[in-house]
Amino acid sequence: MFEYFADLVVYQWLNLVPGEHFTDALYFFVYDVPKILVLLAVAIFIITIIRSYFPPEKTKKYLGQKRTFVGHILAALIGIMTPFCSCSAVPLFIGFIEAGVPLGVTFSFLISSPMVNEIALILLWGMFGWKVALIYMASGVTIAIVGGWIIGRLKLERWVEEYVFEIKMAEAVWTEPTFGARLVDARNFTFVLLKQITPYIVVAIAIGGIIHGYVPDNFIMAYAGKGNPFAVPLVVLIGVPLYNSASGMVPIVYALLDKGLPLGTALAFMMAVSAISFPEMIILRRVLKIQLIGVFAGILAVAIIFTGYLFNAIM
Amino acid sequence: MKIEVLGMGCCSCAKLYDAVQEVVTELGVRAEVIKVDDMKAVLQKGVMSTPAIVVDGVVKVAGRSPNKEEIKKYLR
Repeated sequence: MFEYFADLVVYQWLNLVPGEHFTDALYFFVYDVPKILVLLAVAIFIITIIRSYFPPEKTKKYLGQKRTFVGHILAALIGIMTPFCSCSAVPLFIGFIEAGVPLGVTFSFLISSPMVNEIALILLWGMFGWKVALIYMASGVTIAIVGGWIIGRLKLERWVEEYVFEIKMAEAVWTEPTFGARLVDARNFTFVLLKQITPYIVVAIAIGGIIHGYVPDNFIMAYAGKGNPFAVPLVVLIGVPLYNSASGMVPIVYALLDKGLPLGTALAFMMAVSAISFPEMIILRRVLKIQLIGVFAGILAVAIIFTGYLFNAIM
Repeated sequence: MKIEVLGMGCCSCAKLYDAVQEVVTELGVRAEVIKVDDMKAVLQKGVMSTPAIVVDGVVKVAGRSPNKEEIKKYLR
């Protein structure tokens, strides 16, 4: 259906010749924009309904009661379903600690939430098939569990700002919505969110289209192909100062893979851009001392580089 | 009625405060609309993700910006 639409627009209406740089770039764009937006709308709607049953104010209570290792696993999985805007990172962190969730378990949540989210997963599934989506999810969750576990074992509570432990939260009074109300909420939210993220997705796909159309096929192979053993750490280093949501990264990764970047290197780039970012570190500085932020970023970088090598080796 | 709009200075929170005030005016309800932007105060309400709306002590929405139709429902 989307292919038919793109054929119609690019080759029939605009009468462009296949094989030229501009045509290829435009085709990529016209084919992917409607396809991704439709997938996104469906994904956001379904997940918003599921998510309405697991607000962080509730999940922190389960996590506070679980044994630590089970807690890491649950926190990483819940992180997939709970995106937070970066201005909520600090209150979420304090809320978890206040509810008695161990520091390491809280980090498992903080790592998995920006790195693995349902929107990115469904985009990966739509564009690369379920295997790549599953690999990305499994490795993201593993990094979150292991990374959080290491931070927990290091006992770094002394590098959390003292005031965090002094805050007391009240028990919120909630009204439990009916299923009908959840459906209506989800529909409204889908429209609001789509309106918000569409410009970013369109720009990301446009960048993907330009790479697809203009960057020569052997360019990436020459610099970051399997022959370059330093490609993985290199893309992670490039990814740290950059920030884009995991979802916004998918079209870019698509174009890079298309040009021959190995899968592990591409996934490492996507993880580094979405999970380690300067803006988030600056926000977290309000609750964490600089040493802990360093440990956090360091563990994440090492774990992501390892994952990149692993998938380059086995795929 | 006491309506508290919880947010910590992100732009969607400021917009939500304006939207709530507009809805209050439209519906003509007697309500006090308060902006809560101090993080500790937000946490003390038991809310961790903003923007959020609390009406007479009950959390109506947290972690996202509702549209005006939804806000109207919260005030009924």
